[in-house]
Amino acid sequence: MDVAEQIASGLAGTGEVDGSQFLTFFLAGEEYGVDILRVQEIKGWNAVTPIPNTPEYIRGVINLRGTIVPIVDLRRRFGLEPMEYGPMTVVIVLKVMREDKSRVMGIVVDAVSDVYNVQDESLKPAPDFGSVVNVDFVQGLATVDETMVIILDIDHLLNSGELAVMDSAIERE
Amino acid sequence: MSIDMEQFKATFIEESLEGLDIMESVLLEMQPGEADAEEVDNIFRAAHSIKGGSATFGFSDISNFTHVVETLLDQIRAGEREVTQEAINLFLSSVDCIRDMLAGAQEGFDINFEQVAEVKAGLDRMLGSAPEAAVPAEAGPETQEDTPAASGWKIIFKPFPDMLRSGNDVVRLFRELADMGEMDAVVDLEGLPALADMEPEEACLNWGVTLSGAVSREQIDEVFEWVEGDCELSITAIGGDEAVLVETPVESVTEAAAANPTPVQAAPATRERRTSNDRRQGDRRKSRSSSENSSIRVGIDKVDALINLVGELVITQSMLGQLGEDFSMDKVERLKDGLAELERNTRELQENVMSIRMLPISFAFNRFPRMVHDLCGKLEKKIELKMSGEQTELDKTVMEKIGDPLVHLVRNAVDHGIETPDKRLAAGKSETGTVHLNAYHQGGNILIEISDDGAGLNRERILAKAIERGLANSGDNLSDAEIFDFLFQPGFSTADVVSDVSGRGVGMDVVKRNITALGGAIDVESRPGNGSTFTIRLPLTLAILDGQLVRVGEQTFIIPLVSIIESLQVEPVRVNAIAGSAELYKLRDDYLPIIRLYDAFGLKPDSTNLEDGLLVVVEGHGQQAGLLVDDLLAQQQVVIKSLETNFKKVVGISGATILGDGTVALIVDIGGIIELSHNGSKRANSAAA
Repeated sequence: MDVAEQIASGLAGTGEVDGSQFLTFFLAGEEYGVDILRVQEIKGWNAVTPIPNTPEYIRGVINLRGTIVPIVDLRRRFGLEPMEYGPMTVVIVLKVMREDKSRVMGIVVDAVSDVYNVQDESLKPAPDFGSVVNVDFVQGLATVDETMVIILDIDHLLNSGELAVMDSAIERE
Repeated sequence: MSIDMEQFKATFIEESLEGLDIMESVLLEMQPGEADAEEVDNIFRAAHSIKGGSATFGFSDISNFTHVVETLLDQIRAGEREVTQEAINLFLSSVDCIRDMLAGAQEGFDINFEQVAEVKAGLDRMLGSAPEAAVPAEAGPETQEDTPAASGWKIIFKPFPDMLRSGNDVVRLFRELADMGEMDAVVDLEGLPALADMEPEEACLNWGVTLSGAVSREQIDEVFEWVEGDCELSITAIGGDEAVLVETPVESVTEAAAANPTPVQAAPATRERRTSNDRRQGDRRKSRSSSENSSIRVGIDKVDALINLVGELVITQSMLGQLGEDFSMDKVERLKDGLAELERNTRELQENVMSIRMLPISFAFNRFPRMVHDLCGKLEKKIELKMSGEQTELDKTVMEKIGDPLVHLVRNAVDHGIETPDKRLAAGKSETGTVHLNAYHQGGNILIEISDDGAGLNRERILAKAIERGLANSGDNLSDAEIFDFLFQPGFSTADVVSDVSGRGVGMDVVKRNITALGGAIDVESRPGNGSTFTIRLPLTLAILDGQLVRVGEQTFIIPLVSIIESLQVEPVRVNAIAGSAELYKLRDDYLPIIRLYDAFGLKPDSTNLEDGLLVVVEGHGQQAGLLVDDLLAQQQVVIKSLETNFKKVVGISGATILGDGTVALIVDIGGIIELSHNGSKRANSAAA
């Protein structure tokens, strides 16, 4: 609940800042951020209905007030050690854009952290690690109070790999 | 006050197209020589609305063109002109022209001016040839002879306060008047309130206008046509002996315009047209295809029914709420009653909401009279098109997808089915062939029949062609149904000559594929010499499905009830395994492949023993299989939710639904699961990733 309030208070301040606001969350000790305007809601972890024959990181689908929303485990997506879901485990429901269509998807993260204002110019591009680390999903790196926040490009992330489906689905029609 | 006209343009175009459809269908019913006053009125009204609307939106091409049509119609209406076949054909091509021009106006592309000019010349010619009306097209209204030749007119114009809200602009009116002759207007400021009390959207001025010059009464009436009912208007002739006085705080249109302050000028006219034309509600298809998925028009009775139901639901809810406040065990009976009531409300609400998506099949049928009429001319055949069951309702989505297959089948019936008149006479049949379109409900399905009384399918020729194409062997003993099924093979045509109507063999396979995609089926019946009947069977709706809930391990799946043939307990003696893996079950005379659902979906079942589970015998894509599940649960109607909206298509799953407890259950796609088991790769999806 307090997270929601934080977001609300964060949003209330939008008028004064330029730059963007990011909702951040923890994943295996690192802090990641997503564009707050894409966040639809934050909810606790609930049981999902698994979808057969899909990769592990797609946990399944939930009923979000009548809409079927797929849930992606971000730890598994990044190939990190999976963690037991606990009371702090949250699902962030995001609006993902793909061309002119939007989809609603949820991501499972360890815990929600804060809302930051980040000036556009202070957003640094991620260094190129070559083929060692795929930084395609990283929109940039921001520094907030001496800590690094990885800003994710969710449109890219949630349309990649097994989730990159819109085209083929359309073709089939 | 500036209004964004763009948003009304779409409405205007939609309504104009609707008007054109009405014109077309009335024209097709019209017989030369008998001008039914009501029919002519219908066409006239439609043309008139289009003219008015297009002038408002600045499509002067359309309004000029329509004006000529209207003038001609007016003469027919006044009984000055006979309805000839030539006139009907001319009007039909005018309808096409206006439709093209509207499409041009909508999409912004250039239209075929040559064709328009040609038709317009035809219209002008006909106008010019009128016995007593040697009148230039633009001055049509002058043909009315009862007009007194007045040297001028005195007009007292008192708008009602609401008039401006319906989109009328006084300045425009005066500008038009001024165009006709010398105008002298005096403003009466009496009604003007103090600045502080002034409502910017209210009209509070009155005018007295003196108009001199050779202006006819009709011309003035025409100017004030759109504000009729929104103002007090008196028009008196000056100089003429008769003083024609018209008081017009008028009739029905007033309430309509007041209740509906739509700033589209066409609105009142459309409304009027609609009341007189309720049965023609179906004539909307053209406008639909041009603005796909935009909106559906719902009958007011359906909306009222919904409001009533929601009212009842609210009452039930508050009753239950009250009961819950101080609940004790002795009130259990009342709680049960309340819940039963709630269930009834919900079910009725669901049925009513679904019915909003239902449209009468006349939407799809309406294009055929014109099509058959045109094809008859082209092919020199005489065909009567009969339609029945046009009021049968069909889901909007199904309707959109069934249109093209129907066109194809009707075209085939006209081209291949019905013979030419001389052949028909030689065969001892009446000269005029009949194509019959029929739609009706049967069980949970809609059946659409397209039948003709033509020559029927040539069984031998189809078989020969099939053998030639290697689809069948000459020794095969095939049933009629099997032979006729070859028609739906890609590229299959028995037509000796390819015409521009049909015969290329492209299409029947598409017809079948479209129908199958809708969950329907198509059957052919034919008797040589007596014609053939194509029957399309479609599900009532795509949004709700009767499902059998089954359990596999901890998960619940839904199997569509229509695919289930039977469910049974496995008797181990009837199980055979081929090469130790592919399991078969002997059911009476058939061997069914066993698909272990837990295996296909990668789940953990209660038991891997065949005897512990149940075998659900299903059929999909023409194949049968036995699905092994742990348990059968309830049967219920489920609302199909797409997985593709937010995710993607999953092999073996056709969609999802939400169960009573709020959890999501997946709906098994029988065809897909059989295919999945054929491929033998139960991880087909993840392997691809």
